[in-house]
Amino acid sequence: MAIKTYREALNEVMHSEMERDSNVFVCGEDISGGAGGTSGEREASGGIFGVTAGLLPRFGEDRVIDTPISENTIVGMAVGASLAGKRGVAEIMFADFVTLALDQMMNQAAKFRYMSGGKAKCPVVIRVPYGAGMNMGAQHSQTMYNIVTSVPGLKCVMPTSPADAKGLLTAAIRDDDPVVFFEHKAMYGSKGEVPDGEYIIPFGQAAVLNEGDDVSIIAMGRMVLFAKESIKKLKAEGINCDLIDLRTTSPLDENAILDSVEKTGRVVIVDESTPRCSLASDIAGFIVSHGFSSLKAPVQQVTSPHAPVPFARELERAYVPSPENISTAVRRVMNYK
Amino acid sequence: MSLQQSRDQLLGAYRQMKTIREFEERLHKEIMTGEIAGFTHLYSGQEAVAVGVCQHLDTEDLIVSTHRGHGHCIAKGCNVKGMMAEIYGRSTGLGKGKGGSMHIADFDKGMLGANGIVGAGGPLAVGAALSAKLDGKGKVGICFSGEGSINQGAVFEAMNMAKVINAPAIFIIEINGYSEHTGASYSVGGVDIAKRTEGFGLKTIEADGCDYHAVYDAMAELLDYSRSGNGPSAAVFNTTRFFGHYEGDPQNYREKNEVKDHRSTRDCLKKFCKDNLPSGIVTQSELDEIDASVMGLIDEAVTEARNAPPTPMEEMEADVYISYE
Repeated sequence: MAIKTYREALNEVMHSEMERDSNVFVCGEDISGGAGGTSGEREASGGIFGVTAGLLPRFGEDRVIDTPISENTIVGMAVGASLAGKRGVAEIMFADFVTLALDQMMNQAAKFRYMSGGKAKCPVVIRVPYGAGMNMGAQHSQTMYNIVTSVPGLKCVMPTSPADAKGLLTAAIRDDDPVVFFEHKAMYGSKGEVPDGEYIIPFGQAAVLNEGDDVSIIAMGRMVLFAKESIKKLKAEGINCDLIDLRTTSPLDENAILDSVEKTGRVVIVDESTPRCSLASDIAGFIVSHGFSSLKAPVQQVTSPHAPVPFARELERAYVPSPENISTAVRRVMNYK
Repeated sequence: MSLQQSRDQLLGAYRQMKTIREFEERLHKEIMTGEIAGFTHLYSGQEAVAVGVCQHLDTEDLIVSTHRGHGHCIAKGCNVKGMMAEIYGRSTGLGKGKGGSMHIADFDKGMLGANGIVGAGGPLAVGAALSAKLDGKGKVGICFSGEGSINQGAVFEAMNMAKVINAPAIFIIEINGYSEHTGASYSVGGVDIAKRTEGFGLKTIEADGCDYHAVYDAMAELLDYSRSGNGPSAAVFNTTRFFGHYEGDPQNYREKNEVKDHRSTRDCLKKFCKDNLPSGIVTQSELDEIDASVMGLIDEAVTEARNAPPTPMEEMEADVYISYE
């Protein structure tokens, strides 16, 4: 075990997987540090978030590909090469730009295996920095994972700790299906213990990060960190919560959700997305359909409002679900009736 | 003066062109019976392009096709009976009936699929070409497209990307006169498509797409160029479409005798015969024999597809993922 940042954990996996398997390549905007600049210096940055740092000098520009600003082709090229036997790891600089690549994600990567009657294999990974909280405005702050989760044929992964970042990215690169891998921009600098050596976390296994009999908090991505803060305060008030970190939203660990709901009967779902057609509404629907008899209070959904992400600091701070919002929702289910 | 081709090669090319033609002409008839569901886009008229290109390829050269993909599939070696069964939506189809006419693929043959999204093949073909470049065996990734996809941003992105990463991608642009129902003279701004591809830095050749030898020769040059590490290239082939955009398209936008005229003056099969019978390198009786065997094959394909078992319900949720737990 060693203390590492989320960014370092991801970078370590990129290095080790490219070393382990020569079929792995990476492509994206500025990922090797910016080709074609006047200084000729390209090794330093590794993309704007630094996840691909150091790959170029080690693996060369055939496998570490700085691309033009062409999201649809960044993804499509990784998909095409993966159909041909490679393992492409494409980076979309901001999750919001996924819209430009949705054809290759939804119509192509997600459907090849099905349409070919099980013959195609498309082991592509699309890495997507996402999320609000850094004053980046309405087109550089969205979550997008709700859209990806809804698409049959895509897997959707969201690590919330450096250790999970390592275990889940390793699993993603070795997975034979298309995987969209969501990294929260505000978490790159977060630190935690990371297991040494090879470490793989299978998909579809939620992590129970806290145990309590009163309320089930079901969260994903950065919201898990906020839920942890909330849980500490609630404990002082005598409220004990289960915290389910979904880790992957497709596949979804339905058993972990239902087991917890059966125990507590009270549910708060925390999702950074906007509320309509969100993971929160999806999971609330699932719980109502499959765990209704356990429920002691209406399922609470803590989400962003039905509005674009605002730029102004005060507005954005109030926009993203906060630990206080989570605590309020928990108290509401505790006080029901 | 065309490149020399052996008798066997010429007979093989004729067989493929004839197979595509009869496959499509037969589908045109069978669709009228109502037995075949959904959209079908026929390739008749363009056979010389698919065959002239694919004659140069082996299974490790990868192609990406379009919604009008039957010809590319046959030319790349897809099983004709498996294709027919797929179009009939049967369990014996190449995709177990789950893909349909617009999604026929055979990965073992280097055929990465027809595609329902116009222009989507561009990025995919660059990926196939990137894979070929990484393998370093002189293979290529080929994108079939037309004057429809030439107006899609994805194709511009793909051409630029191919040039930037120096990938052996070859863009085949089949100009059949129409993008869906809309004339190319209206929809292609700037009209000169070769200038577009040249603008992206692609070595470009224009040739008559109704002339098998012209296509074959152009491809020999482009493949030599792209296989040798020089990067991407493009071919612009003028051709014609004997049917509508899709089966059932009333084609009111076409001059009444256009297809009839093209069938008499621009038929690539007739041109092939005219070019190769006089020298005696192939004989009419050899071609007649191929015609009979192709008709037999198509007959069997239709009969077998009709009688094949439907795709079982268990297939509904199968093949969505390789593993999903």
